[in-house]
This record gives sequence, C-alpha cells and structure tokens, in this order.
Amino acid sequence: MNQTSSEDFRETFFQECDELLETLNDGFSALGTDFDDIETLHAIFRAVHSIKGGASAFGLDNLVAFAHRFETGLDAVRSGEVSVTDDLLVLFQRCGDHLSDQVAAARGDGAIEAAQSDALCETLTEMTGATGPEAVEEVTDFQPATLDFSLFGDIGSEDEVETGHLEATCFTFQASADLFKTGNEPATLLKALERYGPVSVSAILDEVPLLSGLHPEVPHMTWIVTIDAAVDEADVREVFEFVDDCATLTFIDRQVDPGDSGRPAASGEDEPENADEPETQKGPTSAEDPSEDAEVASSGKIAAPPAAHSRNRTPSTIRVDLDRVDKLINLVGELVIKEAMLSQSITELGLPSQSDVASSLASLKQLASEIQEGVMAIRAQPIKPVFQRMARTVRDASLATGKRVNLVTHGEYTEVDKTVLERLVDPLTHMIRNAVDHGLEDAEGRKSAGKAEEGTVTLSAAHRSGRVVIEISDDGAGINRPNVRKIAEDKGLISPNAEMTPSEIDSLLFLPGFSSKEEVSELSGRGVGLDVARNEILSLGGRLTIQSNPGFGTTFSISLPLTLAVLEGMVIDVAGETMVVPITAVHETQQPKASSVHAIGTNAQVLATRDGLLPIIDLGNVFGLRSAPDPLDNHILLIVETEARRRCALLVDAIRDQRQVVIKSLETNYQHIDGIAAATILGDGRIALIIDPESIVARVGPSVVPAPEPAAASV
Amino acid sequence: MADTFDKTRSSDNEVVAFRVNGQDFCCDIMSVREIRGWSETTILPHCEAFVKGVINLRGSVVPVIDLSARLGLGTTEPGPRNVIIIVVVEDQTVGLLADVVSDIISILDDGLQPVPEMAAASSGAFISGVLMLKDTMVRKLNLSSVLPQTRSVAA
Amino acid sequence: MTLNILAIDDSRTMRNLLKAALSNAGFDCTLAEDGADGLRQFEESDPDVVITDINMPHLDGFGFIEGARALTRDRIVPILVLTTESAPEMKARARSAGATGWIVKPFDEEKLVWAIQRVAGTGEAAQ
Repeated sequence: MNQTSSEDFRETFFQECDELLETLNDGFSALGTDFDDIETLHAIFRAVHSIKGGASAFGLDNLVAFAHRFETGLDAVRSGEVSVTDDLLVLFQRCGDHLSDQVAAARGDGAIEAAQSDALCETLTEMTGATGPEAVEEVTDFQPATLDFSLFGDIGSEDEVETGHLEATCFTFQASADLFKTGNEPATLLKALERYGPVSVSAILDEVPLLSGLHPEVPHMTWIVTIDAAVDEADVREVFEFVDDCATLTFIDRQVDPGDSGRPAASGEDEPENADEPETQKGPTSAEDPSEDAEVASSGKIAAPPAAHSRNRTPSTIRVDLDRVDKLINLVGELVIKEAMLSQSITELGLPSQSDVASSLASLKQLASEIQEGVMAIRAQPIKPVFQRMARTVRDASLATGKRVNLVTHGEYTEVDKTVLERLVDPLTHMIRNAVDHGLEDAEGRKSAGKAEEGTVTLSAAHRSGRVVIEISDDGAGINRPNVRKIAEDKGLISPNAEMTPSEIDSLLFLPGFSSKEEVSELSGRGVGLDVARNEILSLGGRLTIQSNPGFGTTFSISLPLTLAVLEGMVIDVAGETMVVPITAVHETQQPKASSVHAIGTNAQVLATRDGLLPIIDLGNVFGLRSAPDPLDNHILLIVETEARRRCALLVDAIRDQRQVVIKSLETNYQHIDGIAAATILGDGRIALIIDPESIVARVGPSVVPAPEPAAASV
Repeated sequence: MADTFDKTRSSDNEVVAFRVNGQDFCCDIMSVREIRGWSETTILPHCEAFVKGVINLRGSVVPVIDLSARLGLGTTEPGPRNVIIIVVVEDQTVGLLADVVSDIISILDDGLQPVPEMAAASSGAFISGVLMLKDTMVRKLNLSSVLPQTRSVAA
Repeated sequence: MTLNILAIDDSRTMRNLLKAALSNAGFDCTLAEDGADGLRQFEESDPDVVITDINMPHLDGFGFIEGARALTRDRIVPILVLTTESAPEMKARARSAGATGWIVKPFDEEKLVWAIQRVAGTGEAAQ
C-alpha cells in the first residue's frame, strides 16, 4: 500500500466505522420491534464483520478480537442456534456500544478497559454459546493436498533423482476438469512459476485417449515441469494453491530446504513430505466431490433478496474537506453582499426599471441566492447520528440509575447544519441524562403512580417555520415545583415571597448553580447544570424552553436556526442605525394608532390588540440609542412572538427592506452583546446588527408587563 | 531558508509608531495587519465607552477601539484624518483608532526600557516598556491588555 | 495490455485499499459495492479478473460468482474470493460456486498481485 495515503485510508476506515456503527444501532432498533427480522440480523452481522475486516487491514488487534467475538455471538443468532430475547438484545446493544468505544480507542480517542471487553465476551459466550478467543485463529493460508506418489512416482528424469541436481526443481502436474471450470488455467499457473526461475514444460500424452473416446472437458495430459532453480516445494505449492483440490502435483526431485541442505534430495519413493509439512494430511481422495459441493452451495446459499430495503441503497457521494465547503460558503456570502452593493449602486443611478441592467441584476440576484441555497445544503446533515449517540446515553444512564428506559425517536432524518449538529451533542447529552436521572421516577415510584415500570424518553426533531425544533420529553413525574421553589429560596436565588407562575418556577432550573437533586448524582454530577446546556444552545442562536405537567412528565424544547450562515431578515431603521430583525420572529407589522396605544405608569406603553395588551418596546431605547421613547407617530410596530408564545410590539422608525442576510459572528473578534444575535454586512458595505427579539423580550419584557416581576424571569 | 529569514526579521524587532492624543505609542509590527483610514462604524449597544463600534474588514466584523479613551486620555471624535490600525492579538482582529501613524522603527531589545514606576500607576498597565528616541518617548503598547476584557463571557 | 480488475466489496475502506493496491500495481480497477452492483459492473466493464468479498448486502459473493458464471458460459473469467473466513467450508462453498481462488484478508499489495498473477498470468513474472 502506498505509505503516504495510508493515513487517509485509516481515516476513511474510521469514517466508515461511524456509518457501520450507525447501521448497527439502526439494526438493533429494528430488531427491537421484530426479533425474527433475519435481514436486519444479516445487516448487523455484516456491519460488525466489515469493521473487523477493516480493522485487520490496519492491524487493530484489540478491535479485531472484540469484533470477532461479537460477530461470533451474532452468528449464533443468525444461524438460528439462539433466538433473540430482550436480554440478548440489550447485551448486543452494549456490545455495540463497546465496539464503538473500541473504535474510538483505536482512533486514539479514549482507552478501553480490557476487563469490560472480557466481561462482555463472557456474557456473550454464556448467552449465545459463542466460542471463546480461540475462534480468532490466525488466518491460515491454504493447505496443499498430499502428493500421490504411488501414481506418479516413476515419472521423471532418472538423472536428476540420482544426482540430486540442486539447481533444478521438477514435478508433474495433472489437472482435473474442475480446474478449468473454476477459471484456472494451466498455462497461467505454469507461467506464474517463472518468478522462481526459467520454466520448461513437457507433456505426457500417454493418457490421452483416441479421438472417439475424448471428452473435451476432461483433461488427459500430465505435464512435467522443470524449474531451473532450487525452489522450495512450499513455494511451488503456493502457485497451485487455488487448484489444490483439482490438480495433482508430484515432486520428482524435490529440493530440500536451504537450512537442511545436507539431506539428500527426496526421491519419488519416499513417504509424503509430512516431516516438512505436518499439516498436510488431506489426501487427494478427500477433496470433496464437486457434485456434493454444488448441492451444499445451492441449499446453503444465503438468500439475499435485492432491493428489499431500497432506502439502504447508498446514494453515490463524494467526501469533501469541510474547510473547502466553509470557504465556499464564505465566498458565496461575499457574492451575495457584492450583489446587494451592486444592486444599490444601480438603484442610485436611477435607471428605468425596465432596463436590461435591471433584469440582468434580477437574474443575478436569483442565481446568487440559488447558489447560496445549494451551498448551504451541503452543510445540512440528518440529525440521526446525534440521536444514536443519545440512544447510547440513555443506555448508559439507565445502567447507572438502574431505571429501565425506552428511548423513542422521531424525525431523525431532519437536516441540521453540521456545526449546529456537533455543538448539540453536549447539551442534548446533558438533557437526556437529566431526563433519566431527574425526570423519570424509579421503578417503585412509577408503579405507585400506575405507570409502566419502563420509563419512556422521547427525542424528536422537526422543521418548524424556518427553525429546527428538538424536543426531549420524559413520562416522569414532572417538575416538583414546590421543591424547586424551596431550593431556589434556600440558595437565595429568589426572594421567599416572590409571586411566580408555574412556568417561571420551571425556568428556575436554568439558573446557574441550580441543581434539584440535593445529593450529588453520579450521573449529572455537581456544578454542571442545565444552565450550561442552555448557554450552549443560546450561543447557537437557539432557545431552550421547558414545559412540565405534574404527574405526566417534562418536555424540553430546543429551537434552533436551520443554518448559522444566513437568515431572512427585515432591514429596519432605529434612531439612525440600520438593523435587521429575523423575519421568523415578526408576526405582523402595523402603524400605531393613537386609539390602540395606552400608557401604563410613567413611561410604559401597551398596544391593544385582538389578543390582548402587548407591551411596546422601543428598540432605540433598549439599545441606548435614545433616552426616552419617541412619540409613536411616523413609527412602525413590529409584533414579534417569542418561542414561549409571548408577544410584544417593537417600536422602530422605518422598514427599509426584506432580504436574506449573511450572518457574521460578533463573537469572533468581539463578544456577545445582549439583545444582539449577530451582525451582517449590508449593500453599502456597512455592518448592521441582527437583533435577537427573544432576548430583548426576556430582558425588557418584565419591566413593561403589568405583572409582578419575578426574579427568575430575567434568567 | 525561510527559518533564518524569519529570525532576522524578529530579532530586528520593528515597531509601528503612532500618535494618540499627542502622545507617541508603538506596537510590534508583527501584530499589525494593515492601516486604514477612518470609516464610519456601526455602534454597538451597551458596549464599553472605548469601543467605537464595528467595521467591515473584507467580510469580517472587526471592533474598533478608541485608544485615547482606552488609555484614559479622553475620547476621540474621529474624522477623515484619523487612522485605524488593524492588529491581530490572540486570534482576535481588532482596529485601533489613532491620530496618525508616524514611523516604523527598528529597535534592539536593550533599547526598550522598563516603564517608570510613577507612570505605571495610571496608563502604565497598558504599556510594556518605553523607548527613548532623541527627545521623544515612545510607549510600547501591551496589546492584549488594550482589548475588551470580557470577551466570550456572555453578558 | 493492462488488466482490468473488478473489485467488489461493500466496505468503503476495503474498496479504497483494493483500489490503491491494484492501481499501484499497474492494474485498471473497477469498483462495485455489492454482488448485484458487481454483476452490473461485470457485464459493463468486462473485467479480466474479479476480486469479490463474500459477505455483502443485496447479493453476496457466492451469488455473484454463480451469476457471473451463468453470464459468461463461453469463457471463464477468473474470480478471486476475498475473505476473512479461512474456514475450509467457506473456501469449498466459494469453489463450488465457481471461484477461481481466494485472497485472505488482511491482504497486502504483494499478496494481491501474486494471486492475480496465478489466475491471469501477468505482472512481473510475465516479463
């Protein structure tokens, strides 16, 4: 193999392992619904088998060893010796997890405890009767058949026998009909001998019958082959390895091994070369009868109905370095900005709207946005691998807490930006553990609540109005609000007499340092709270909300942008600054009418709508661009709705445009700013800030809402 | 080849000298990416007073720091005469607002003197050393201390 | 003449390794992902030698060999079975399906070329 590329191959192998492990997990899920799904079993077996095969190519012995044991266990099921049970499936899943760990370890990511491998292997043996490590036999090369000297012993050059001519190797070679049937060719085989030295061949035609008795498919010739060099018999036999069962080799004057040169050359009358090749015990007569073989093959053939799982058909793909994609995305972003700049310059020229320039510009714009969409799609990936990792997390958490948990997933083919996907793993892991550890009751608790002993955690993903919504639900007891409140009070997070709505109490869980379990749980640990998960999601431009139904469970909802690269925005003016509001947040826009705006207190105003009173928030004031809210005349109100379905009206000076904007991070060179989601570059080359309505409402809302302000609401 | 070349350059220890509100400062030339004329910034809400806002630097959002305000010398009302020195510090690209770039100076390591104790109390925290050139004193900026300190900590 | 080798394996890793080793050895190489794909490629690319995995989805190696043998009755294309199973019965099954020879995984380039030489009579030995 080419040395320079072997690292690439290795990486490809690990990438493929990831896919195979995914197949494995899919298989286990499918098997969970149908124990007798033989196709799935085959697919699982093949996945483990492929990992083993690849691992052996890279000399990953530990991985090969465990994969082999696993494979053997699976084979016992596949062959029908053992049938699938719940317990066996759990064991297989744990083996799958361990295999995944082994792959990670082989990749240089973490270490493996041999004891764990051994324990799993032992359990595998117990449950499947799969044999132990000796099954990982060294792949033995083919064993040549024993010579039949009695038949050909008298053929050959007497000179050579007598002189023990050390510089020549001589043998006879007789082929049976099968040799031809399997695509082997005597001429090719004889030619291959040339690697050892000059080869001369003569044929013995004694056995060739008269034409009338000649069967065209039955060979009748015997060749006498002489290699003009001292060749080890084993080397010669290696050439004929593939035809050992359909050809007979007889060494007439076999050269001895180099290390054994004192011994005279063996003659045809000698015993078969058992001394040199003790393993060579199989006589030519024991070669299986071809007709028998054929029967075995046809009855034993594994039926593989094609297209049974058409979706499994892997679409043709190429692998691209992510950096290249990102560079492309950046370039397309620049293209879109340049297009906007050009567009603006042309507008300023005041050309007639029917001009060629205008229509060319329109198609350029269209083209640019299509390119952008296409490039973005490259980064979008199904969330499935993340969900599969969560399945693992659930199993681990289940093991650690002793709670029986069933994970149900929906929408695993929902596509999410790759970066978002990667950064989702940690918060999701945390929330899943939290659901198992804190959300679900223990077995007794469930029993007394009249629930099934096995708890259910549901993980779902879906696209909803331009965002990705991921929900983690458990069917546990729900949040114990009095308890949560008490803890928050004890920790001084809220004042003891604060009036709080149930959802505000639930939100206390997101407070830094809050942990609802008094004792340190092995699983969730101390110090790492939901606030960390929440911050990670916020930094992705996402939101995390919580809904709890006492007695019935808790649902965490994560709402994320589809991409971190572009968004559809409304370009607005606020106190002389140009800003962008994500269009997804804007519910409607309206001109304020004096009749529908009411003052509350000294400087708070609300908007009367069909749905009730909405607080009016002056963006200019919020961002410190003007001290007091302007009079509302000649302004516009954007009614925005938050994830928690809270609405408010944002006061802006004017709406300039609605367009797709390229998201630029403020945090790369600066830092997060409250109320600002990111920045973008407008057509004039200047930067405009993209506001984050959610955090503005969260931050400003309570002071305007005519309800008592709970301390928690500013979380 | 490239190695020795680099070594020569760094031992040369060149600095870019500039003026901020009448005082002379300098910073390592290796940190400087480019020098631009003043362009209008986009104001960032709730930011430190010395952050003038952000500019578009070929597609990147780059904050501009008013050095005068940062060093306690009073805020600058920037105009077309002002310059923005683009520097990269700890992977962060930042623009430094200055009056004018005066020179590129080669200094030897021992040409740099410690900050006088008296001065260290006030703006001394931002200065890593001083350089005497004839009758002027050039203060060498400690760039990382000039950056906004709260970076990456969510407000 | 450059030999055209059809290599069939459902593992991308294995296909990569095969492709690299075969190209390195100066062979032309066509790849297929399973037995069914292999049969299509077999008809299309008219290979001089086929190397196939056994355990594959859709159509396994045995099925492929039988199919390939049925497709070409007039000439017999050498088919090498690529397998980690060294068990004699695996070889016997491959043989009765019509396999010409076998290569035991893990293979190296030398092993691969040597196997091809023995069934197609080419390479350095042919000089």
